[in-house]
Amino acid sequence: MEYKDYYKIMGVKRDATQDEIKRAYRKLARKFHPDVSKEANAETKFKELGEAYEVLKDPEKRTAYDQLGSQWKSGQDFRPPPGWDAGFEFRDFANEGMGAGGFSDFFETLFGGAAGRRGTGRPHARRDFRIRGEDHHARVIIDLGDSYKGASRSITLQVPQMDEHGRVGTRARTLNVRIPKGIRQGQQIRLAGQGGAGAGGGEAGDLYLEVEFDPRGHYRVEGADVFLDLPVAPWEAALGATVKVPTPSGAVDLKVPPNSQAGKKLRLKGRGIPAPQPGDLYVVLQIALPPADTDGRRRAYERMKEDFEFNPRAGLEV
Amino acid sequence: MNEQQPLRGQVIEEETLITLDELCRNCTVRAEEVITLVREGILDPADDALDWERVGRWQFHISSVRRVRTVVRLQRDLGVNLSGAALALELLERIEELQRRL
Repeated sequence: MEYKDYYKIMGVKRDATQDEIKRAYRKLARKFHPDVSKEANAETKFKELGEAYEVLKDPEKRTAYDQLGSQWKSGQDFRPPPGWDAGFEFRDFANEGMGAGGFSDFFETLFGGAAGRRGTGRPHARRDFRIRGEDHHARVIIDLGDSYKGASRSITLQVPQMDEHGRVGTRARTLNVRIPKGIRQGQQIRLAGQGGAGAGGGEAGDLYLEVEFDPRGHYRVEGADVFLDLPVAPWEAALGATVKVPTPSGAVDLKVPPNSQAGKKLRLKGRGIPAPQPGDLYVVLQIALPPADTDGRRRAYERMKEDFEFNPRAGLEV
Repeated sequence: MNEQQPLRGQVIEEETLITLDELCRNCTVRAEEVITLVREGILDPADDALDWERVGRWQFHISSVRRVRTVVRLQRDLGVNLSGAALALELLERIEELQRRL
């Protein structure tokens, strides 16, 4: 089990006051909250932060944690010394600050026995009372090409799980999911019965996957329409040309009409996201300037300057 | 568990409408919380005229799920009140809209 340096996670000194800890938490929580944050790993960071705050905000837990000593480093292999928690009671488990997914093994070992922490504290004792499992939500990032062809993607979810001692931990659960052809950004796929387990014989909840296209691709997507910025040479834009254009369903030849300006949109009908009424693919022209990095090339630009007497700022009245 | 065979799910179309009950189950919130969101103008049921006597018949656009979940999380995790969470939600949606146009 790995030691967690809660002070380091929260960026406070070991002698920070409770107020300082609260301030640090609020600041970092706003920064890393998965709904708000654009930081990479926001979700993991936010979870770590919630765990650190859970301990440091509570004077009793904090004192117990401090007793472990300051010689430990984050990630170091850790076993709690026997009887380390003598004299402490961690009964009043706060049920706030954490989203789906439990705390680390480190936390659970120190402060564990958190049965019923996650909002299920109300006793559902009656045997004949069937409770349907919770619906779970997760985001799945796919390539745009997956939506053009359909694909199978394996996704890994962190699932909270309670062991036989009532301790809550997480386990990785990998699902192989069929991504249907024609799926669009923001759409959800419902997987019936793949959510939280039911109680008292109740059926399991559903798992909802929200689809997001990998933003690192070349394409932008709006509904079923797809946009691609396509660099062209000045002479291609001026004289017209047939150029190769990548599309998620393979490269195609595109005719660029003569005298095309930068920003011109060319529509490839029906080459957007597939559907009974498929979206369109818009190619947005961008004029790429070849560098004037040799004498010959500089001369070519000089010649253009003389031949064209061109004022690109005429519209700005200067 | 053998999970070789890929799971096939059902695609939820954007136009899908769900009931108050389904929304609650989906977001793990109580009906009163959703009703408060409607009262505060944070959430609009799809109904033309709201019948406050029969909230059970209200219908919500599927996108409400995401809004409710976000508001609930922001309140719980950041210690903001309902109006603060609603404001953050609307600003987030505006950022998303702007990013889409980039």
